[in-house]
Amino acid sequence: MASDPRDQAPPVAADADPAAAEAEIEDVQDVAATPHPRPNPIVPPTSLASRALFFVVAIMSFLACITVGAVAVIGDAASEWQTDIAQEVTIQVRPMNGEETRQALAELVALVRGMPGVSEARALSEDEIRDLLEPWLGAGAEFDELPVPRLVVVEIDRDNPPDIGEMRRLVQSAVPGASLDDHDRWQSRLRVMANTLVAGGLGILLLVLSATVLSVVFATRGAMASNRDVVEVLHLVGAKEAFIARQFERHFLRLGFKGGLAGGILALATFGVISWIVGQFAATPAGDQIDALFGPMSIGWPAILGILGTIILVALLTAITSRLAVFHFLKVFD
Amino acid sequence: MIRLENVGLRYGMGPEVLRDVSFSIERGSFQFLTGPSGAGKTSLMRLMFLALKPTRGLMSLFEHDVATLSRSSLPTLRRRIGVVFQDFRLLEHLTTYENVALPLRVMGRDEADYRVDVLELLSWVGLGERAHVHPPVLSGGEKQRAAIARAVITQPELLLADEPTGNVDPTLARRLLRLFFELNRLGTAIIIATHDIGLMDQYDARRLVLNNGRMHIYD
Ligand SMILES: Nc1ncnc2c1ncn2[C@@H]1O[C@H](COP(=O)(O)OP(=O)(O)OP(=O)(O)O)[C@@H](O)[C@H]1O
Ligand SMILES: [Mg+2]
Repeated sequence: MASDPRDQAPPVAADADPAAAEAEIEDVQDVAATPHPRPNPIVPPTSLASRALFFVVAIMSFLACITVGAVAVIGDAASEWQTDIAQEVTIQVRPMNGEETRQALAELVALVRGMPGVSEARALSEDEIRDLLEPWLGAGAEFDELPVPRLVVVEIDRDNPPDIGEMRRLVQSAVPGASLDDHDRWQSRLRVMANTLVAGGLGILLLVLSATVLSVVFATRGAMASNRDVVEVLHLVGAKEAFIARQFERHFLRLGFKGGLAGGILALATFGVISWIVGQFAATPAGDQIDALFGPMSIGWPAILGILGTIILVALLTAITSRLAVFHFLKVFD
Repeated sequence: MIRLENVGLRYGMGPEVLRDVSFSIERGSFQFLTGPSGAGKTSLMRLMFLALKPTRGLMSLFEHDVATLSRSSLPTLRRRIGVVFQDFRLLEHLTTYENVALPLRVMGRDEADYRVDVLELLSWVGLGERAHVHPPVLSGGEKQRAAIARAVITQPELLLADEPTGNVDPTLARRLLRLFFELNRLGTAIIIATHDIGLMDQYDARRLVLNNGRMHIYD
């Protein structure tokens, strides 16, 4: 017995037939020498087979990415409106007869140029006014017969902004029919609209993510329930809960990432198509109007980063949710 | 290492399947647990591997009172116990090799460290050729041997075997029993549940006899 090599390798130290034992030992070393195939995952992936969940996650991720992208585009455009507008105020001069108007314009330009915080002031020529009005009135309109107001565009030094109230007072006392417009009403309306859209977008995002979390919770519970026996055996061979959770979590992280990525790519493609369509309009007057109203609609870095962030968020959310669901399941399991 | 005092067990609102059971298991001891079908052998095993808690009475395992065990301490205790289930409980999507290695994998051991041990044990129980097939293609006896191998691979302090020879021929049964004795010689306390009188008669060991939920002990 003492010569049996397996005396050193309990618990298999006893064998009736030493010759057979020798043969077996060689066998073992043969098999041990050949590389072992990659171990099977402890939780069978097919039993989790939630192709349905993949699509749910992908759709949710798509909706979330679209929302994030839209919010980013709106936020981008809104900040552009604000910076553009704050850079410029306009003085409107009520229509008078030709000579008076010219005098008033010259006076105003001189007055405003002398003020601190003004970097440039310029009266728009009749042609420029015509261009501005053309989309509304049509190309053939006879301006001479229309009482069209004239404009002085005042560019503001944004590092050293002037006192707009003071400027308004001075302008009005210099030329009685003139009014100064700092686009405040426009600006605040646009800001309210943009903020509403952004808030709405975030609300939608929240709903979409909640729906994702709920579907993942249900799917995880389903997966755990259909792998009840595996969980039980793992418990009984002394697996810690974190170990069991990891077996499921790994799968759901991968699924969440794949689904999230699929939805995100689809969303990016959608934005690509939209900006292509918008691009087709860019050269037309209608496109200029869109640009004038909303600023250049572009899928900038904020949108792309937001979408990438959303993909990662969806994947992590899926993994974390399923981990929590696993722990909850294990708690009520016993 | 295990003490039960006046332990009672019932499933849900059903009748008590174990009544006033008192006994203790010493370190390194060997005993058979026997009794007619339905007597409560498997239920008693479940108590001992902490799948159930007694509905009354006192029970301690490795000097821990089971009534006050926290859930997080269960895995550490269970790793000191090897269990052969009456219904094997092999995982069908894992190979025989992976099933036997499962307790080691769960402990986070590196596969390279235990591969030889597992293959050696497999060939000792006669499953060397079957290492890389899945349980559904194993015969009943082969499954049983795989279940036994999984229970003993960690050299536990306590081995609970529920009908470990129910599906094998008498020769193999003797061989498997010798594995248990060998394990016992190395210090593992062994409890074998069986109603195979012939098997028990071959070995002179302590017998715990369950009948109708009550325990009689023949030393
Ligand atoms: N999960 C359960 N729920 C309810 N009753 C159960 C459960 N498991 C076992 N029982 C009942 O407990 C009693 C004891 O069963 P147990 O399985 O412990 O018997 P056993 O001695 O192992 O029988 P066998 O020799 O046939 O394996 C039986 O009457 C059985 O019906
Ligand atoms: Mg039983």
